[in-house]
Order: sequence, then C-alpha cells, then structure tokens
Amino acid sequence: MAQNVTDSWVIKVGLASCGIAAGGSKVFGAFKTHLKNVKAPVELKPTGCIGMCYREALVEVSSQDGTWLYGQVNTERVERIVQEHLLGGCPVEEWLIPADEIRSFMSRQKRIVLRNCGVINPESIADYLDSGGYMALDKALDRLSPLEVIDEISKSGLRGRGGAGFPTGTKWLTTRKAIGHPKYVICNADEGDPGAFMDRSVLESDPHSVLEGMLIAGYAMGASQGIIYVRAEYPLAIQRLELALQQARDRGFIGREVMGRNFDFEIYIRQGAGAFVCGEETALIMSIEGKRGMPRLRPPYPSQSGLWGRPTSINNVETFANVPWIISNGADAYAAHGTVTSKGTKVFALAGSIKRGGLIEVPMGISLGEIVNEIGGGTKSGTDFKAVQLGGPSGGVIPAEMAATPVDYESISRTGAIVGSGGMIVMDEKACMVDVAKFFLNFTQDESCGKCTFCRIGSRRMLEILEKITRGEGSEAELDTLEELAQEVKKSSLCGLGQTAPNPVLTTLKYFRDEYMQHIKLQKCPAKKCQALIQYLIVAEKCPGCGLCLKYCPVNAITGSKKQPHSIDPAKCIRCGLCSSVCRKDAVMVI
Amino acid sequence: MEPVKEANKTSLGLIDAIIFKHNVQPGSVIPVLQEIQDSYGYVPPAAIQRVADQMGVYSSDIYGIVTFYTQFRLQPPGQNVVKVCHGTACHLGGSERITEAICQHTGAAAGKTSKDGKFTVERVACLGCCSMAPCITVNGEIHGQLNPESVGKIVNSVKEEQIKTRG
Repeated sequence: MAQNVTDSWVIKVGLASCGIAAGGSKVFGAFKTHLKNVKAPVELKPTGCIGMCYREALVEVSSQDGTWLYGQVNTERVERIVQEHLLGGCPVEEWLIPADEIRSFMSRQKRIVLRNCGVINPESIADYLDSGGYMALDKALDRLSPLEVIDEISKSGLRGRGGAGFPTGTKWLTTRKAIGHPKYVICNADEGDPGAFMDRSVLESDPHSVLEGMLIAGYAMGASQGIIYVRAEYPLAIQRLELALQQARDRGFIGREVMGRNFDFEIYIRQGAGAFVCGEETALIMSIEGKRGMPRLRPPYPSQSGLWGRPTSINNVETFANVPWIISNGADAYAAHGTVTSKGTKVFALAGSIKRGGLIEVPMGISLGEIVNEIGGGTKSGTDFKAVQLGGPSGGVIPAEMAATPVDYESISRTGAIVGSGGMIVMDEKACMVDVAKFFLNFTQDESCGKCTFCRIGSRRMLEILEKITRGEGSEAELDTLEELAQEVKKSSLCGLGQTAPNPVLTTLKYFRDEYMQHIKLQKCPAKKCQALIQYLIVAEKCPGCGLCLKYCPVNAITGSKKQPHSIDPAKCIRCGLCSSVCRKDAVMVI
Repeated sequence: MEPVKEANKTSLGLIDAIIFKHNVQPGSVIPVLQEIQDSYGYVPPAAIQRVADQMGVYSSDIYGIVTFYTQFRLQPPGQNVVKVCHGTACHLGGSERITEAICQHTGAAAGKTSKDGKFTVERVACLGCCSMAPCITVNGEIHGQLNPESVGKIVNSVKEEQIKTRG
C-alpha cells in the first residue's frame, strides 16, 4: 500500500454560483461523507471562483507534496479521488486538468483583484486575515493621512472599473473637498450588463476585499457611511456579504472607532430591485432614496451632491477590490502593469463561444486576440472567432480582423466599443450580427426609464427597423435612418444608458454591413439565426425515426411513423429549433 | 388562492411589523416592499395601501415603484418559479429554445403562471452565470449548461419531488 499516513490534506471545492450550478455543493457533500474513512488530517473547505468556469465543478487537492486540480468533478468521481489520491497516494490522472492547460489559461493573467478568489474560504474572515487582509486598512489608518491615501490611489492610475474609466483618485479628492456632512461611499454592485459576472464572482469569492476597499475610501474621503447596492439576482453574493459584514463588525473593523482609531464607519447593504438603469449613478441614488430609479442631469455630480444631497462617491466592486492591494503594495507596483493611460489590470468575464470560458484578470494592454486564442483557447467549435462583444449593451462588437487591438480604454473606444465593466462575449460564425444588435437594443429599449424622448421612442423605432431587417423586410434606405436615429439617441439622452445604447448597432453596421445587406437584398441570414429567413428540414438518410423531434415540436409540425424518416411541415413550423436541439443523429438541417 | 385571502385578512399586522422594522424612513419603501414580496410571493393590493398610509407616501408613488422595478409582482406566482436567463451568452446558447421547452414541460407561457398554479416561468435579464450558459433558476437554485431535454428532466424532478413530499 502506498498510503502515506503522515500526509495532511487540504481540499477546496469551488463554490461560487458557477460551481454550484455545476453541482459543486453536492460534490462538497460527497467529500464530507467519503472523508470519514480518511484518518490523515483533512481540511475540507469551500472556496470562491477559481476562474476556470468551463471546468466546473473544480476541486483542488493539496498536501505538502503538491497541488492537484480536478475538473468536471461530480459526486460519482469523489469516491475514487478519495480512495486513490488521498488514501492511495496516487492522483487520478485522467480527471486532473493537464498542467499545460492550466499554464495556457493562467500564464498571461495577473491576479490583483482576484488575488484571493478561489484561494481562500470566502466565509472565513480568518482566511482573509491570513492572506494579509485588513493590513492595508491598518496601514492607512496608522501611517497615512487621508490625502496621502488619495494621492497613492491617484498615482496608481486606477480608473473606475464599472466601465466609464474615470480616475478614482480624482473622484475621491472631489468628494473629500466637497462641503457637506455626512459623506457617503457607495459600492455599485448592480452588475446589470447581460454577459457580465465579474462583480458577482468577486463578492462571492472575496467579500472582505470589497469591504476593506470601502473602509479605506471612507477614511480617505472623510465619509462615515457606506452602502453596497447589490443586485437582488445575486442571492449568494448578498448572503456572503452579510456574513462578511457581521464578521468585520465583530472584529471592530466596521462601526465606531474602526481598529481602535479615531474613525467611525458603518456599511449597509441595499438590494436592487431589477432595473438595469440603476447601474447609472444618479439613478442608483434615486433608488436608494426609495424612488423610481430615473437618472438626473449632471452636474451637480454625486461627489458634490449625491445621496440625500450630500457628497457621495460611487465606485464599482472591482475598483474597491483593487484598493487594499494598492495601499499594501504601493502605487508604483500597480502602475507597473498596463499601458501609459490605462494602468493595472482588468477582470473580464469570458463567455460565449469560447473553449475556456471563465473569469480572468489580465494586465491592461494585452491584445484581444491573446485573450481569445491564448487564454480562452479559441472558439468551442475550433473555427476562427468572428467577433468579440465588449461592454454589453453599452459596448460594441469588434471583428476578428482587429484581434491585435490592445485592451485599454483609449484603443477600445476607438473601435466604437468600450472596455465596459468586463463582459467579453466571443462569437463564432453561428452568431448573426443583426440579431446581436437586435438583442442588445431590445434590452436597452426595454430598460430605458422613459425620461428622455429619444431614448424612449428613438430606441423603439431603431428596434423596429432591426426587426424588419431580420424578417427580410428591410430596405437599404432604412440603414441610413437607423444610423441617423442612432446619432440622435446618443446626443439627446441625458444618461449613459441612452448615450451608449446605439453602440451595438453602430459597431455591427460599421464592421458587418455586408451581413445587414444580405438580410435586406437576398433575404438571407448567413449565420442561419433569423427565424423568418431560415427553414428546418429533416435529412431522410440520417433520420432513424426515433420520434424525439416529433415529441418536442410545440406546434405538431413534424410527422412520421416510428422507425421511418420524419418530415417537417414548413407551413406549420415556427422555427424554434427545438427539433434540431434534441436530435441525436444530427438529422435536422437548417437552410 | 390562499395567499390573497391571507393578505386581505390577517396580514396588516405583519406588514406593519415589516414597516416598523425599517423605521418608517421614506428611503426604506423599496426594502419594505421587497420584504413584503418575500413573505407573500407578490405585493398584494392591500399592502400597497397599508405601506402608503403608514409611511406617509402616496399609494400612486408606491404603485409607480412596484411597476418600475421588474422584481415586483402584482400577481401571486405559482408554487414553483422558473427564471430563464436571457443574457448575451444564454441568448447565443439558445435561451429561446430553452424557454420554449420549459413552457412545454410546465404548461406555462413565458411570463405567466400555468393553469394548475404549479409553475411560473419568468424571463430574466442575466443571472451572471454566463460560462454555464444557457442557464435557469428553479426556486432560486441554479442549473447550467442546459438543453431542451435536460430542462425537461429538471421540471419533471421538481414535479416528482413535490408529489413525494405530499404523499
């Protein structure tokens, strides 16, 4: 027997929402059961997002001899891992994530915001303290004046990670100098962009880093209250934040005389109620004040007159998570990463048609191509990627030809997209660019608060044109109307939602006009996505007559006897595509 | 429907308790409504009036808030709430097909409750589980990497589970 009784083990199971969706909680439970037979000391603990979401559920096993990362673990695999690896001393090679895969995924990353994600137990303040947590707060309170803290943040070059990229130090300084009392620090955790999960992951994996960032911000600005405005759709993040708040209060890090110093700071959680526009700072303030979340004209900026008319600084989750690292390691260490104007790192949620989707943090200035092909391993299907969507509904689509574009605020802006909060969706040839534009515009016109006419009605009219095009009923002249309306909506909206809503339309028109033209002139959707322009049919030679498609068809458009090839009645078919999804023989074709 | 009766008859005390817990500050209207919805599954009409009276806000303002924020429901939901993610990654991954399949299996139209009152199917913007796309939540529990067949299994297991617990 190779059993090594002197070994002590640490087993970490990734239990952020992605891990839980992949069955992580059950895996955790299975370990608990099977570990009863292990005599060697084992510490089983939950951790947050390890980053390799495409390999969930993830389990990291470590001992003094090394660290092993298992991917796609399910409850059935747990017993063998315990038996062979922990008791037998031999890792189950076939389920380990190969070292070169980990290297490709990790080597280009620099983890500052994600320093503790997937490393510590997010529900344990002791874990956070062991990894240097609250040392930055201690340092700031002990050795730095508020202005020195702001100076350090300014020198680091940190810019707002919610998307706008406004220099954080400048915002803090304005709030500090503004007259009014009390002052507020708001953490914007209303991550509403579809396709974005950076803030959720950070809150679920390392909530204390955000609290510490807020505390430092409060000290720097002379604020006494912090509010975290978090989406109600993120129940796990809220739960872990509440726990973290309690733990920090118990230790005297939040409340009266923080860490025994002459600084009082309280933090509350406010749950959003499902309105995308509340990610806009003035709308967010309205929402906290208990009103409909409708943006107002700026100036005055919240740093002058924010919550309840008092000076308020609103920063994003990721921005706050950077702060303790910068205070501990110094502005120069942070500014050493990135480009001249975009310092440090940026977290991205890599998803869509990508082989290795997950949560990544890269130095600013890395190229889009490097992210997609090197870190992400290219598309799922293995074909070249067609485009990358950055910045969600406020952003745009960047074509594969521009893969060399460095990811920094200025370069991405020049393409017509924005860095945004960090949603990065990779698309292959199956994505129709008109459909993508329609998808985002449908979202923004739905989420428009209705205050500005152009945003409310203009975006609606734009959507109608896109709908016509995807039905094959559009005309070339309408493309001009679309562009004209897009410019008007941008110019005549008072908040970021309306000002940026046309971006997905404008960028797809700029880079994929040909695809629009094919819809208009040939009534064809090259990606075979637009329902009115496609037809489903069953290839008789491939169809075994299993009847699965017939069972699933919602409109009984499919006929055929058992074991005989089936057929689809195009007149009845609503082109939902369910038949093609359920067919095991790939017999349903789209033309 | 049980919750409606309850809201009319016995809930005023509970609603008052929620209001007073939040200190009757104007800014706390939204958390109060959220807690009411947590208790009843929706915001009953009687609650709107009560919150208005107790907090000194016009009931039209409260109605304005409830209809502005998508989280609030004015109708009681079914026993099980299925939320289908329509974020970007899920859209590209076929969330329309997933919705279609769920509607088939539950008998509820998207945005509506099934006739037997067992399922409410809601479309939501983004659940933030994009790398697991397409995904849904069933009574708050998240399921990812779905296809039209696997959602059928999930719906069936919910149905079976509830038959078991009852019988």
